[in-house]
Amino acid sequence: MAIVSLKGIDKVYTKGRETVEVLEGIDLEIDEGDFVALMGPSGSGKTTLLNLIGGIDQPTRGSVVVGGQQLVGLSSNKLAKWRSENIGFIFQSYNLLPVLTAQRNVALPLLLTKLSAAQRRRSTEVALQIVGLEDRAQHKPGELSGGQQQRVAIARAIVADPAVLICDEPTGDLDRDTANEILDLLEILNKDYGKTIIMVTHDPKAASHAHHILELDKGQLVKQVA
Amino acid sequence: MNKFSLIWSNLFRRKVRTFLTLFSVLVAFLLFALLRTVAGAFEVGIDFAGVDRLNVSPKYSIIDPLPITHMNEIDRLEGVASVTHQTWFGGTYQGLNNFFPKFPVNPRAYFAMYSEFEISDVQLEAFANTRTGAVVPESMARQYDWQVGDKIPIEGDIWLMADGGKLWEFDLVGTYSTGGEAGLSSAFLFNYDYFNEARVEQTQGLVSWFTVKVANPDDAAAVAAEIDALFENSMNPTRSATEAEFIRQFASQVGDIGLMMNGILSAVFFTILLLTANTMMQTFRERIPELAVLKTVGFTDAAVSLLIMSESILLCALGGALGIGLAILVSDAIGPQVEAFLGTFRLTTATIGSGMAIAVLLGVVVGLFPALSANRLQIVDALRK
Repeated sequence: MAIVSLKGIDKVYTKGRETVEVLEGIDLEIDEGDFVALMGPSGSGKTTLLNLIGGIDQPTRGSVVVGGQQLVGLSSNKLAKWRSENIGFIFQSYNLLPVLTAQRNVALPLLLTKLSAAQRRRSTEVALQIVGLEDRAQHKPGELSGGQQQRVAIARAIVADPAVLICDEPTGDLDRDTANEILDLLEILNKDYGKTIIMVTHDPKAASHAHHILELDKGQLVKQVA
Repeated sequence: MNKFSLIWSNLFRRKVRTFLTLFSVLVAFLLFALLRTVAGAFEVGIDFAGVDRLNVSPKYSIIDPLPITHMNEIDRLEGVASVTHQTWFGGTYQGLNNFFPKFPVNPRAYFAMYSEFEISDVQLEAFANTRTGAVVPESMARQYDWQVGDKIPIEGDIWLMADGGKLWEFDLVGTYSTGGEAGLSSAFLFNYDYFNEARVEQTQGLVSWFTVKVANPDDAAAVAAEIDALFENSMNPTRSATEAEFIRQFASQVGDIGLMMNGILSAVFFTILLLTANTMMQTFRERIPELAVLKTVGFTDAAVSLLIMSESILLCALGGALGIGLAILVSDAIGPQVEAFLGTFRLTTATIGSGMAIAVLLGVVVGLFPALSANRLQIVDALRK
């Protein structure tokens, strides 16, 4: 069953008098529990497509349905609430808050929920255990290695138990061994926890961890490889 | 973690900058509280309750003298127990830095009027009977290392001697205890008779103000009104007030104290506004990608704005509270000395309340632009930064 369904997606950016067509006529379905890698040259529209699926950008035309929710036309507030419940984001540069400890960074999305402090603490502990960083909970990002910071970011992405994880080049800043550890972790989240993972990457080795590879070029889906 | 700890952590992300800003706000509110308290002392109305002494000064300006003949007319009024006079001598002792009030007085009448001042009978007699005699508070004698028997030269600036000379010489014949009071009444005192005879003839018989003891403190307001009515149509009308009010009027001759204080405070707050606004804008710019992440994980535009606004208000309120708290400690420490001059010097709840309200308002104004910018932040654009 498709958890992500995109139909007739166009995305046009306007810069002054110039218009740039970033995505053109995209139709795409991603099944629940799938692990999809989005590949393509720079400027092909990978990140834009990811942003549309994650509900942080809106298409110029077309329909975006994720988890049964039509995202086109939703207000900014409704989109924010929807994201907090349904999507986990993992970025290339981790994007952790430097003033907060790992534990507090992970707990951030839970501040928006009605969970009690004890429940939030428990969920945070579980998320840190899954990524293997429970002993680093009180460290700030500056005191952690790149791989550890990305694990904290993954814990933050899964703490609210979303169905879909959006990963924008999650191993782009990491060395090969650490990148493999992160990719293994993503595979575990996909296989053992049932998370649907959509990952943008330039790295064919990283993409090889996915079930499907989608290739974009000049804003169009040009190839789908199982 | 809760939202407050998120705000608190963000506030202290750059500790030195935050502490410097906090210190600036603290100093601004310390100044606010103390200057408002001084200005407040000049704004209080005349309260005759429980007062048994009145000061009768010239109606329009204290530099206008009053004829000493007024004293007898005041003394004859019903409700007046006694009356004496004082004159502002001015003058300098070994340079302008050694300021202390100097009054020619009637020795016996003066110490009868200010019964809280203690002087030995022997020294009071010596004061009354020595033409050039002078007495000073014990603290003043200690400060200038004066001993009984010393000759003290004072250079006159308002009052010249009959021969045109400026140098007045006095013999210190005693000291008196003020019981901790340090107001205008606690002064270098010398014999009025000597002063009056020795000064230029045309100025003889003139004094600066009268001090009146009323028989019944409940009648103070009525007696004050009666005295002023008595001289209303004379060449030298009077204005009767409590001693505290008189001292305030005296100090306010310097200028409009309230206007000066408000001018200083406006400049201080304008500077603080710019400084704190700059800090908050810097904080905002540094955190654009982080704010985008907060929005990405589900914080609404309003929640992110509120976060920024809360940091700004917390910074200003914290600085304000610390400044006002310090002002309370300072006013407790120096209050008794200042009260001797101003009548009152205590931080009122109105000053504390208005100070905190201004601190919160400052926080809102300072946080407004960063909060609005945070509200308008587009996630996709901000993440690219």
